Amino acid sequence: MAELPVSMKKILLQAADVAKFVGKTLSYFVKPPFEVKEILKQCFAVGYRSLFLIGFTSFIAGVVFTRQSRPSLASFGAESWLPSLVSQAVVRALGPLITALICAGKLGSNISAELGSMRVSEQIDAMEVSGVRPFSYLVSSRVIATTVMLPILVIYADLIALFGSYVTVNSINGSSLSLFINEALGSITYLDIFSSIIKAILFGYAIGVIGCYTGYYATGGTMGVGKAANSAVVTSMLSIFIIELIVLQFVTFLRQG
Amino acid sequence: MKTETIPTLPSVGESETVVKIRNLNKSFGERAVLKDLSIDLRQGENLVVIGKSGAGKSVLIKCLVRLIEPDSGEINVLGFDVPRLDVKQLRELRLQVGFSFQGSALYDSMTVRENLEFPLRRNLGITNQEELNQAVEESLADVGLSHTIEQYPTELSGGMKKRIGIARTLILKPKIMLYDEPTAGLDPITSGEINDLIVKFRDKYNTSSIIITHDISSARATGDRIVALLEGTIKMEGTFDEMKLTKDPELAQFFNY
Repeated sequence: MAELPVSMKKILLQAADVAKFVGKTLSYFVKPPFEVKEILKQCFAVGYRSLFLIGFTSFIAGVVFTRQSRPSLASFGAESWLPSLVSQAVVRALGPLITALICAGKLGSNISAELGSMRVSEQIDAMEVSGVRPFSYLVSSRVIATTVMLPILVIYADLIALFGSYVTVNSINGSSLSLFINEALGSITYLDIFSSIIKAILFGYAIGVIGCYTGYYATGGTMGVGKAANSAVVTSMLSIFIIELIVLQFVTFLRQG
Repeated sequence: MKTETIPTLPSVGESETVVKIRNLNKSFGERAVLKDLSIDLRQGENLVVIGKSGAGKSVLIKCLVRLIEPDSGEINVLGFDVPRLDVKQLRELRLQVGFSFQGSALYDSMTVRENLEFPLRRNLGITNQEELNQAVEESLADVGLSHTIEQYPTELSGGMKKRIGIARTLILKPKIMLYDEPTAGLDPITSGEINDLIVKFRDKYNTSSIIITHDISSARATGDRIVALLEGTIKMEGTFDEMKLTKDPELAQFFNY
């Protein structure tokens, strides 16, 4: 049998490495000891420190989407559907996507650069030789933090985007808050909320794992750290769109069923 | 003076030997870094390994604690058959072997106090703050840096970082110390201070040490015995005064300073 080309071998070996890493992170979700203090610290870093950026961009997204959608709906005389349209778009796609993309850029690069610096400056080696398990302390705490915090950030982003939409609607036709809330929430189903949360969990896990993997195995000094951070952002963003597509197919199937 | 590779144990009793390496081989790709290397470390001895950059000196000590996996050969450290240890046994071994990294490898995100407390909390499970304070203060006093206790590593000079790194390693009272280029990049005065510390700790704690260096004054100040690692194998061993008389042109360059 002909041998595999070297490049193919490399890709397969890397894929095996990634699979092993993913499996290890999953096993550490349920394997004690749990790094509770470090997990809480990372949750704070992931969640609290992202609030302003995510809130700001979500508000603008809500405003822009509402303003851009209104003329089309108005031309059909369906302006009153605006809250329903915006809420469905925000909960089903915009909120999770905006949050995940921002987190991929902000958190993915941060995690990767931090672990990468620790790797090239031998801090991870120092933990290993002093008998500390760096995987549990550094990797699983970060992956758990992103996985737990992303759904919370998505809910926060959804609310802020809807608030931005309400502010826009109110400035145009003086619509009341209670009417906006009634119309917006009335069009959202449990499936929308459930699929949005599931997507957020998957996005968070992907961002955490990719950031940690690229950083944990960074090589080549400071240049390697830069490459790792860059690779973390690009790979996370691609993964987010792939996950979005897969979940969309799945949810569409459920809706039709 | 021995002028060839040592195939068998030197004339010391088995009980005095704390590290025994036989026919160790390690390659990176096509490049053989360690070739059939055999070496011993005796109880309470400071063994200096000198050699050119890239000669495999750091690889040698990293193999002792399995930071790098050897390709073949025997490594026995404190009675542990290193290449065949499982995870639990490896952790047990690592608790008895201190590793001082070339770049200090202090944890950037922690203060000096936290850096020193970290191995105590994690490995010995000490949570009593009084006990921790006492150990940290004693260790810092040993290296003469008690005043840095609340500082971050980025606020310290290179020499201070090295000393704190050594203090962090010694806080677990290891039986064996591995120093990777302890004086690299330091001025002669600071190098002298580090050399004094290495000798002081050998005398105070009766540790056995392997000191990797290409700094001949450090080798003279710290070494009870010196081995020259050239082209992946031990070319010569003896005391500093014996080594100085070498006729080997390559080795003589080290001593003609």
